[in-house]
Amino acid sequence: MGQADAERAIQAVFRIESPKLVAALARLVRDLGLAEDLAQDALVAALEHWPGEGIPTRPGAWLMATAKRRALDALRRNKLLAHKHELLAHELEAEQSRTGGALEAALDEPVGDDLLRLVFTACHPSLSADARVALSLRLLGGLSTAEIARAFLLPEATVAQRIVRAKKALADAQVPFEVPRGPELAARLSSVLEVIYLVFNEGYSATAGEDWMRPDLCEDALRLGRILAELAPQEPEVHGLVALMELQASRMNARTGPRGEPILLLDQNRARWNHVLVGRGLTALARAEQLGGTLGTYALQAAIAACHGRARSADETDWPRIAGLYAALAQHAPSPVVELNRAVAVSMAYGAAAGLTIADALADDPSLADYHLLPTVRADLLAKLGRLDEARRELERAAQLTKNARERTLLLERARSLTHLPSAVAPRT
Amino acid sequence: MRFMMLMIPKGYESAEPGATPSADAVAAMMKYNDELQKAGVLLACEGLHPPSVGARVSFVGGKPKVTDGPFAEAKEVLGGYWMIQVKSKAEAIEWASRCPGSESEFIEVRQVQEMSDFPSDVQEIVEQYPALQELGHEDKRA
Repeated sequence: MGQADAERAIQAVFRIESPKLVAALARLVRDLGLAEDLAQDALVAALEHWPGEGIPTRPGAWLMATAKRRALDALRRNKLLAHKHELLAHELEAEQSRTGGALEAALDEPVGDDLLRLVFTACHPSLSADARVALSLRLLGGLSTAEIARAFLLPEATVAQRIVRAKKALADAQVPFEVPRGPELAARLSSVLEVIYLVFNEGYSATAGEDWMRPDLCEDALRLGRILAELAPQEPEVHGLVALMELQASRMNARTGPRGEPILLLDQNRARWNHVLVGRGLTALARAEQLGGTLGTYALQAAIAACHGRARSADETDWPRIAGLYAALAQHAPSPVVELNRAVAVSMAYGAAAGLTIADALADDPSLADYHLLPTVRADLLAKLGRLDEARRELERAAQLTKNARERTLLLERARSLTHLPSAVAPRT
Repeated sequence: MRFMMLMIPKGYESAEPGATPSADAVAAMMKYNDELQKAGVLLACEGLHPPSVGARVSFVGGKPKVTDGPFAEAKEVLGGYWMIQVKSKAEAIEWASRCPGSESEFIEVRQVQEMSDFPSDVQEIVEQYPALQELGHEDKRA
């Protein structure tokens, strides 16, 4: 194996093992920055020894043992050892002698808890969203600073600083390295899910004809979500989020046309949907539902996405079910945008008039004043009811509001086409 | 990036229908699949019934020809596969290396083609393929 190949292989091992490694070290030394440094030291050692000696049978255990030995050395070398550090060094030594320093023993330690602790710590709500994202992708996703920078179109130095500051903030605030319990858990978990979905959306909404690196972000988010689902299988919203991401990701190849133009869901070629991901999404949703209780916001959104995923064609969409799910979502997490989506679903299920009633109620909502989709939806429904003049005016208003030049052209074209409809066409309700 | 890990067990080309691996081998494989699952990289994995109950379809002279298994000339046949999602070929190879394979089997690692891998003229051909939904359906927009 050539040198370059050997390095790539070792980097691949490190990408797989580093989250668990950092997590276990963080528990031992109670300092995220030190834990990461020790993990990096272990990587350096691997790069020194493995090309010649070959990759060990249990690379994770090798890295762990190496890192722990260095942790002990680091603690001993520090002449300003506080009493706490002495205790830690003693604990480490005791552990080493108990296990006889055997590499295999390192394998027996339960990794799951440590990784879960790392997840909650990296996503601590005291950190800004940007900091949580950078720290999570680095420590849990195994991404290099350069990869994170490329993914978010930021300078590498900015990302590096963000990560350093985040670790310092956690140390200064003396955030304990633990899994939150009781009433704290729900809020803390919500913070974690927010980070993961943020990463996913960064990749998903950018795929409409932009940087080709972005789909990787969806993959990174999915991977983190799947890992979390294994670590916290009893949490329905984790499965709900994973389901939502799998289902949305299933449509990624169908969302843009050959010239990079966005294609709406109902117009997409469903043969281009990734049905492995649809299946995974439905499975994850079932896990959420089986845990009982009312569905949370992610699970509800996933259930809506699942309705589309199950339909072999747009015609087979279960619109009444979607309308019901939007009603539940409106109860759970009300927002004007949810209400607008509900209007669309209701119109598809029960006719344009029913949908328009809901959309009309949103006409004066100040938060939707600049939202071009409100007049777009109203225009569609008005056209279906044969109220063409009003529809045309709404399309023109939508065209004024949208910031996307291509969309503006399409809206104005539709407005013009309405004036040429023969009056003999029966309006569809 | 997606990769297939194709398991090729020596001797499977002549395995009887209903042949199953030992309980130990199954346990080891289940543990391995669990590791893939916990790492968030597993997309799909399946085992395949042996060629003795399979069939081959060839296209000599443009006409399909069916041959029932087992296939005397076959030296290597698929036993099963995994599809994984990882960041690099090196990572896929590392995962394949961790499989509890026996001495008489090997894994072939192959990258899955993505649409973006194809040149634009090929992509446009795929684009034109009729959708599953009916053509000419008016006003599909929500």
